[in-house]
Amino acid sequence: MSSQAAPGPVGRPRGRRLPEIFKRQGWQGLLFILPAVLLLGALVAYPLVWTIVYSFGDTNSRLDIVNWVGFDNYKRLFTTDKVFLNRDDFPPEGALVNNLKWAVLYTTFSLALGLLIAVLAARVRYESILKAIIFVPMAIAATAVAIIWKFVYEPDPDIGVANAILHGGFNLDPIVFIGRADTVNYAIIFAYVWASTGFAMVVLSAALKGIPEEIIEAARTDGANEWHIFRRIQFPLLSLPMAVVTVWLTINVIKLFDVIYVLSRGGPGNSSEVIATQMFDELFQNGEGGYASAIAVVMLLLVIPLMIWNISRFRSERVVT
Amino acid sequence: MSAATEAVGRPPTTVSGRLVRFIARTPVHLGLLAIAVIWLVPTVGLAITSFRPRDDIHATGWWTSFTDFSFTLHNYDLVLENAKMGSSFVNSIMITVPSTLLPLTIGAAAAYAFSWIRFPFRDTIFLMIVALMVVPIQMALVPLLRLFRDLGIADWYVGIWLAHTAFGLPLAVFLLRNFFITLPRDLIEAARVDGASNVRIFLRVVLPLSVPALASYAIFQFLWVWNDLLMALIFITDSDLFPMTKRITEMQGTYGAEYHLLASGAFLLMIVPLIVFFALQRYFVQGLLAGSVK
Repeated sequence: MSSQAAPGPVGRPRGRRLPEIFKRQGWQGLLFILPAVLLLGALVAYPLVWTIVYSFGDTNSRLDIVNWVGFDNYKRLFTTDKVFLNRDDFPPEGALVNNLKWAVLYTTFSLALGLLIAVLAARVRYESILKAIIFVPMAIAATAVAIIWKFVYEPDPDIGVANAILHGGFNLDPIVFIGRADTVNYAIIFAYVWASTGFAMVVLSAALKGIPEEIIEAARTDGANEWHIFRRIQFPLLSLPMAVVTVWLTINVIKLFDVIYVLSRGGPGNSSEVIATQMFDELFQNGEGGYASAIAVVMLLLVIPLMIWNISRFRSERVVT
Repeated sequence: MSAATEAVGRPPTTVSGRLVRFIARTPVHLGLLAIAVIWLVPTVGLAITSFRPRDDIHATGWWTSFTDFSFTLHNYDLVLENAKMGSSFVNSIMITVPSTLLPLTIGAAAAYAFSWIRFPFRDTIFLMIVALMVVPIQMALVPLLRLFRDLGIADWYVGIWLAHTAFGLPLAVFLLRNFFITLPRDLIEAARVDGASNVRIFLRVVLPLSVPALASYAIFQFLWVWNDLLMALIFITDSDLFPMTKRITEMQGTYGAEYHLLASGAFLLMIVPLIVFFALQRYFVQGLLAGSVK
């Protein structure tokens, strides 16, 4: 009888072994996982392989592959397709660049605001109500978030609150936030930061509460001020939770679709297009199944490093969430 | 409670000490107040707008109605009947309930095996399932569209049920397995020694002890599907079957700036998640945190 513990990441702690009685029922285990494995195989893994195959071909509107083009779809994406990546201008533009903008701005602001609110809220009596207010948008559909902010951004200062403030408060002309190529991305990013900050806040707040009070008390006794306590004690201890939040937000950016589809449809022109909205348009407007598949593969390639990080984290934590 | 939330420093005991402390904290209070206002205003604005008559909406800002408010439910009448949000509400339920229960039950069964039955390649298979967790739905769209068409299930809910189930399963397996392995080993061994079958142990021992984890996942998946737009855009083509997200998106195109319809429609879409949030906040936050790997 082998006493070897299940290897690696997902096994139980080494040294503990399953009693004999567990071992004779292996076939039953396979039965229990069979429905899940079949569904995942047929509806996730098998299509995933097919999407890769599709990305090397062109399809007709019925999504049959009509001819093989090798890497041409990928070449087109990164060289001639100005919607996806326009390198003629400097700085470059296009869906891929917009995703990068999102990855930097949306991730930074959601994380920073979430951290700020978590740290400040811990010092006041109305912490729980404040956190509920910040967190509520997480529950709402991105579709509803988009409608809420479409209304805020409405150009008419008698309808949209943003322009009412600009007009009434600063006597400025209304800005068509969603209708201008130079504002649309920042406007939508701001709206989505509003929706996602609650997530960062909840994770970081929970982590803050996990820091033993004695450490902070000791530092205070030694004469540390509030800033030092944050900078030297809390901030370093939050590095893992912040990394977790950053990865989650970045995955969100790569999959980003709903809020842009509803608010701007990638417009005006293609100025707010992102990878997922372009993929959708190639498939449903242009009927280009092969080309859309190549875009999907790019999305997968962007997600893979984050997936590996996530899995290695489960390994090191021996997975008890 | 107050001592714990106060968190910083020992509370001053004198009146002047408290006063100094309060004044020193004023910037913090003002900052948090500003943040709370920014977070509330957009949603409150839309909520108020949904109860204002159409002409008022286009004449004056919703903030003027704090002093001069005329209330109507007419927008909701219109959006439920004419804009078909009523039937879309039912459609959303039709889509969401099976898309939650299927991955919950199938995932729980698999998670049980991954925690308490030993079989070849168990941990390898589990790891592969975990790896599928972050695969973007886009990676399956084109083949799934074809598959559902070839199977003749593209015209009803079956396709979207299957797609949501498959893409919700990795998280279910991952989450539930992590909970199941924390159950006391003695309990399950005792049941086995008494001759209980795996099915019996799963149904009578493991599931009843795992209600919090099952609830967390169910809430997460329910909201995920309820709030989903992408899958609905792709797999629901019959206009009579549109869920609310897709209906509102379509209204957005046709009715443009008809805010009396958009606002009330968006509120109908938000109402279920808001109820779930306030009623089950603890499970909700747990599910969300646990689902943060997705």
